[in-house]
Amino acid sequence: MGTGRSRVLKFIRERQDVQGTLLIMPTMFWLGIFLLIPLVLIVLISFAARGQYGDVVYTFSLKNYRNLLDRQYVIILWDSTWIAFMTTALSLVIGYPLAYFIARSHPRYRSFFLFMILVPFWTNFLIRIYAWMIMLRGQGVIGSVMTSLGLMRGLGEKIFNQIQLYTPGAVLIGMVYEFLPFMILPLYSSLEKLDPSLLEAAADLGARPWRAFLRVTLPLSLPGIVAGTILVFVPAMGMFVVPDLMGGARTVLVGNLIRNQYLVARDWPFGSAASMVLMILTLAVTLVYTHFFGFGEELVA
Amino acid sequence: MSERNPPGPGLKLYAVLAYAYLYVPILILILFSFNASKYSVNWTGFTLRWYDELFRDRFVWLATRNTLIIAFVSTFVSTVIGTAAALALHRYSFRGKGFSETTLYVPVIIPEVVMGIAMLAFFAQVGFQLGLGTIIIAHIAFCIPFVALTVRARLHGFDRSLEEAAMDLGANEWVTFWRITLPLIMPGVLSGALLAFTLSLDDYIITLFTAGPGSTTLPLRVFAMLRQAVTPKVNALSTLWILVVFILLVLVQWLQRPQNVKSKT
Repeated sequence: MGTGRSRVLKFIRERQDVQGTLLIMPTMFWLGIFLLIPLVLIVLISFAARGQYGDVVYTFSLKNYRNLLDRQYVIILWDSTWIAFMTTALSLVIGYPLAYFIARSHPRYRSFFLFMILVPFWTNFLIRIYAWMIMLRGQGVIGSVMTSLGLMRGLGEKIFNQIQLYTPGAVLIGMVYEFLPFMILPLYSSLEKLDPSLLEAAADLGARPWRAFLRVTLPLSLPGIVAGTILVFVPAMGMFVVPDLMGGARTVLVGNLIRNQYLVARDWPFGSAASMVLMILTLAVTLVYTHFFGFGEELVA
Repeated sequence: MSERNPPGPGLKLYAVLAYAYLYVPILILILFSFNASKYSVNWTGFTLRWYDELFRDRFVWLATRNTLIIAFVSTFVSTVIGTAAALALHRYSFRGKGFSETTLYVPVIIPEVVMGIAMLAFFAQVGFQLGLGTIIIAHIAFCIPFVALTVRARLHGFDRSLEEAAMDLGANEWVTFWRITLPLIMPGVLSGALLAFTLSLDDYIITLFTAGPGSTTLPLRVFAMLRQAVTPKVNALSTLWILVVFILLVLVQWLQRPQNVKSKT
């Protein structure tokens, strides 16, 4: 009786590839059924039609995609891409110097500075949105402080009107705050690896600090920039919670559109077509970007 | 890149401002959880009333219970499955390895809302009743890749000679795994598990699409509270949540101390 079992064991013991396959199998099983098949299903549904009661009638039609060409939806797609782009750019501009600071600080304090980035990163994102809702409300912290400083007139008032809660400006502020740590962490991990002797060599050869930064530091931190950009841009493209809570009625992004089609209007085929376009947009941007700048090896470092 | 090249005063000032930007909103949120006034941003006196109200809120307790059940189950399952995947990808070559690796990056390059509706459509299609079960299935699915990639990153520098020595001394694979391999990779496995736990605890988007009646989680509850008239009760809940995250993080930092990472030789 035991011989059959021991023969199987012997077989597994001798075959490295079988061991690897056995170890990866549960993952592929789970992700295959609950992630890949559902994504394929979305592709199918995007060509289907909405039934009378909000059910899905499987046919092959391009109607859902044609509907997306309607002016209002093109505007939504454009706004989403624009806000995601701005979020990514601002996160990079704000995050780079901070990552640079952490990487250059004394090793004794470095882990503390990094820890200070991790706390907001691990704080629930709804809480972080709420924190900015308190700041930006009409009678919120920033408004009150500005009023008491006498800044709430002229230019100050104009600026506040652009960023107060339930404006597109507030959405952008909320998004940058949400995703900034996603940018800083990969930037830090690529800057930290930078060999200081390279900068010394540049200095010895007569390069000014700025030039050394542009020619040495910046190119070598490119993997971090790529990873950070993808980690910010992809979730920013699909974000609907920040516009929901901070954007008021005027700010509708493609994420809101998809959520509404699925949970409110119950037009799943149209929602699926919108998701397909969203996925294609994020994949295209990611692929073009990694094609030019290489794949961000810091993506999960 | 530090010792010989410390940050200048301009960069230091910038860092102070950047950290203020990250922390001032959170600190103000915490401060107002102790404010007596319900709506005003003016400080009208210290109170623990909001914490008291929070602890009396039956829905919050229910949501906490659901959230913890989901987080513990999905962390356990995804850690076991994801660690196996990390070992497979790190040590072995097998057919379909490239495809497996690509699959692990799917949650990184696909927006969460798309994964959410895909899972909802799938559960509806196969007739799964939405509830705790479907949330757990979904959470396991998006946690596995993060566990696998985290553990794999920590497997670099793993010294296989200890395993070989154990086998030479007559231990079989099973004993070798439990006595040698697992203890050595444990810090990596634990960081993967903690990451999975936080991801599950935090998730709003995928949970929104896979939750059914009676399976409300804390993030869903917080969102509902933010859509209604917001009272400092939300601040109290947020403060406690931040505290829990802070403790978890200190734990992670402790696990990652150099003397705890034995696998790095």
